Amino acid sequence: MTEKEKSRRNEKGDNIIEQDTISAVSTALGQGAVGIVRLSGPQALAVAEKLFRTPGGKTLQNFPPRRLTYGHIEDTDGTAVDEVLAVYMAAPRSYTGEAVVEFQCHGGTEALRKILALTYGAGARPAEPGEFTKRAFLNGRIELTQAEAVLASIAARSEAALKMAARQQKGELAACIRKWRQKLLDLIVHMEACIDYPEDDIEAVTYRQAGRVVAEVKQGLEELLSRARSGRLVQEGLPIAIVGRPNVGKSSLLNALLREERAIVSPIAGTTRDTIREQLLLAGVPLLLADTAGIRTTGDKVEQLGVERSLAALEQAQLVFCVLDIARELSAEDREVLAASAAKDRFIILNKADLPHVLKADEIKARCPAVAVLPFSATTGAGMEALEQALAAYVFGQEGRLSEGVYIQNGRQEALVRRACSSLREAGAAIAASLPYDCIEVDLREAAAALGAVSGQAVQAEVIDEIFARFCVGK
Amino acid sequence: MKKIQDHYEVIVIGAGHAGIEAALAAARLGCRTLLATLSLDNLALMPCNPSIGGPAKGHLVREIDALGGQMGLAADKACLQMRLLNTGKGHAVHALRGQEDKAFYHTLMKETVEEQERLELKQLMIDRLIVEQGRVVGVEAESGELFGADCVILASGTYLRGAVICGQVRYECGPNGLRSARKLSASLQEAGVLLQRFKTGTPARLDAKSLDYAKMQIQEGDEEPRNFSFLSPALPRQQLPCWLTYTNEKTHKIVRDNLHLSGLFNGMVEGVGPRYCPSIESKLVRFASKERHQLFIEPEGRHTREMYVQGMSSSLPAQVQLEFLQTIPGLEHCRMMRAGYAIDYDCLDPLQLRPSLEHKSIEGLFSAGQSNGSSGYEEAAAQGLMAGINAARKLKGLPPCILRRDQAYIGVLIDDLVTKGTDEPYRMMTSRAEYRLLLRQDNADLRLTELGQRLGLVDEERYSLFTAKRTAVERALAMLAAINLSPDEETNAKLIALGSAPVKSGINMTELLRRKELSYQALAAAFSLPSLAPEVAEQAEIDIKYEGYIAKQKKEVERFLQLEDRLLPEDLDYKAIKELSSEAAEKLEKIRPRSLGQAGRISGVSPADVNVLLLTLEVRRRRQKEREDGV
Repeated sequence: MTEKEKSRRNEKGDNIIEQDTISAVSTALGQGAVGIVRLSGPQALAVAEKLFRTPGGKTLQNFPPRRLTYGHIEDTDGTAVDEVLAVYMAAPRSYTGEAVVEFQCHGGTEALRKILALTYGAGARPAEPGEFTKRAFLNGRIELTQAEAVLASIAARSEAALKMAARQQKGELAACIRKWRQKLLDLIVHMEACIDYPEDDIEAVTYRQAGRVVAEVKQGLEELLSRARSGRLVQEGLPIAIVGRPNVGKSSLLNALLREERAIVSPIAGTTRDTIREQLLLAGVPLLLADTAGIRTTGDKVEQLGVERSLAALEQAQLVFCVLDIARELSAEDREVLAASAAKDRFIILNKADLPHVLKADEIKARCPAVAVLPFSATTGAGMEALEQALAAYVFGQEGRLSEGVYIQNGRQEALVRRACSSLREAGAAIAASLPYDCIEVDLREAAAALGAVSGQAVQAEVIDEIFARFCVGK
Repeated sequence: MKKIQDHYEVIVIGAGHAGIEAALAAARLGCRTLLATLSLDNLALMPCNPSIGGPAKGHLVREIDALGGQMGLAADKACLQMRLLNTGKGHAVHALRGQEDKAFYHTLMKETVEEQERLELKQLMIDRLIVEQGRVVGVEAESGELFGADCVILASGTYLRGAVICGQVRYECGPNGLRSARKLSASLQEAGVLLQRFKTGTPARLDAKSLDYAKMQIQEGDEEPRNFSFLSPALPRQQLPCWLTYTNEKTHKIVRDNLHLSGLFNGMVEGVGPRYCPSIESKLVRFASKERHQLFIEPEGRHTREMYVQGMSSSLPAQVQLEFLQTIPGLEHCRMMRAGYAIDYDCLDPLQLRPSLEHKSIEGLFSAGQSNGSSGYEEAAAQGLMAGINAARKLKGLPPCILRRDQAYIGVLIDDLVTKGTDEPYRMMTSRAEYRLLLRQDNADLRLTELGQRLGLVDEERYSLFTAKRTAVERALAMLAAINLSPDEETNAKLIALGSAPVKSGINMTELLRRKELSYQALAAAFSLPSLAPEVAEQAEIDIKYEGYIAKQKKEVERFLQLEDRLLPEDLDYKAIKELSSEAAEKLEKIRPRSLGQAGRISGVSPADVNVLLLTLEVRRRRQKEREDGV
């Protein structure tokens, strides 16, 4: 958006609260054929121009808006990363009402991640979950009639996010960040005391001392970043396979989780012939849900292919939702499924809990190893809350399940830790140059604020977007 | 019904630092104003330390001055010693501090008040605030006199039900043996004002003739003359020294042995005291391992022998105070002229106030200074000035003047008080200011004079000084940017002589000045640059040397303003916004913030709640638009 446009919009009383340009992968993560990286915000075009090259050497700006342009994404050193189709939508004629650029890339996770990282490097920041939708709403792209639904959804998601944050507080990452933040705060407090009480008997902070603390904290955070599982967790997600014999209600479970009709649900066994992948965000960790075709021996060739893929999805998954029919005795097929998933972390989901129970959760629990055994009804939604709680406990509650040691859980946290690191780098340079306390403090406080935001400690007024609840990114 | 004696547009209760600034501002802005004080002999009383300024406080004084207030001018004239503190820690935290002649300060302020047009000064004990239908209409004095008012500014300092505690003795009293205002509290409560109880304290005063100066370290003032006010001429002044000495084990033992006699520990003190201004008892209890505590001996005036003992505030019995003081080097034979004491007093919970300092539920009632739970002369004066300005603006039907956190320490101070409240006497500190690098004491005039002029408090002299400085700084920056040096022998010889690295390629003068070791003065001498007034050279230097950091903070301010500029409707029903957390809804309902930014600073209001408000505002806006379009 140009300055002129901005001021015009101001006069109209429109919302222009956002000045950052955000970017995210706006398609489901995983192995889709096409992946889309979406940029939104005043700098969207500028960021895109830094990465995108057309064969004729023209810039995106020279093509008419809202038209697909072929080209490729270049790395900072000029190497091609991927062939893409780019489209620029000028404000306000876009989904968010802001300037938007989308890159349609090949769906491989690696290429998407690289392109996303390049947009960060070029001046965009990671989008918060739901941020595209929020901007769309604020910019009048969502009808007033839908406003209440948006608001309610924000509130519900905020609450969930707060609960999640509270849970994270107890986690190892929070403890680790708190430790570094405390070290930094000790230094800040010491310097501030010297500033505000110059005549009191306070030992001066030496540049050497300050430099040591800054270097130590920075190194600690950098290690955290390098060990970050965020690469896998955020950009690849936690792969979950939904398995079960045909018609046990796997797709219904997926739909209930996504609260929308994505997979085709029909009472005919074997409707899902392929593996359908969906993502669901849980406190910033995308859950990659693979709804598999039923696992059974079949003569149908197409279905047989589906079964093979199901087994492959099961193999790739880190967590398995093993679906059984609570209203029926275990069949041979059920036992096959249970055996196939026995070595995996799994939730055994006793679907159709609205019908008379034949299976008993306790007995299943006693006989089949599982993280959780949960009665559930895709029809009524009963058991959804327990399922979400169990998922959250699995992801955040039990240390060492997802990784050894401390890991950064989502893009927001990673962006904040990176911001802290960059502030510390500047603080380090300021200290090395013996700049005065008042300058050094600007960087130190920035770093501390960023770290505080990770563990939800300091509520900085300017960090208004901090905990915007979990919308599906880019939807 | 008693007869109204007289009617004023503004009545100010209390003629301390807040009351005086409030009354002067209101009168200068055209309001017929009454300044009521319970003692005409104690205007602008400094009942504690004989100094004005210091970190953050010096910033406040300069801001008050830039806005046309009085404190800086009086402090310059009554100054006994001026020092610029923190010079090694960066320009943003440079802090000017003046030791002051208390009696002369009082005389100067009394004279200014008496000479001020439209301002009447009366000795009155105000007993009652008269409120009708949620609106203040006047006050009643102890004498039975009734005075009508459109606005009342409460600046009651530590006098509201003031009680002095000295050892085992407790009696109703204001500071320095003045009367306490016993009845006003009840009247305020009856009107619906919520009060809290705070405590503060002051150390003993010693006879200068009884001290052994050879055993103490002398603390002289700065040689270079400096002033708080941008109007005061920079003339050398005759300065008096202060003295530094330390407590020791003997001192500590006496204090410890008598702790049970201290008002602080025997339950006689009711109020909450400030952590940053602890009594010697508290210091020894809280920092038991510290072997010695420093104290400064400071003159109280040119024509008095009383010396203030900074750092030794105490509410131990008088004889114990004398006993421990006499263990201190230099004070072995000291004579105590006044004992230190603690004082309890009523003050408002500032969360009841709008950022204009007007009470939210009593129209026309403003409050400023210690009656808002702050501490310090400067904090009081700053609030007084704003309360006076806003009372006058209200009477003229103008919107209030609200300084933002990115504009002034005054903005930070008032925003903190009315947004976060305070559970101890609130003191300004530079670390409370997020945009400290922008809010420097050297640029208070550049930041605020224009605003002061628009408000109507800045006279022509001040305004032309300001514009002259601004223009000179701009010219100096342009001049520097236009000078390029070639990397020849002459240039490099000069640089080496200045202790700076030689250059291999051409360099711009601005770039050179960015170097830490080079000052304008040094470059001017070496490269025959025009001589600049010191304050102009200083601004140019800071602009250049701090450029990167200033840009950083300006960016932060941009983000901050996005929310700050979004005002919340006064009639917003927070309880009806079901998406807010219940804690947030309750706090928002109570505090009723002015802007989204203020809302976000309330404890218990999360960023998610702010987002809910943001979206709610958008829904309201569109609904309204639909309605309008529909008509």
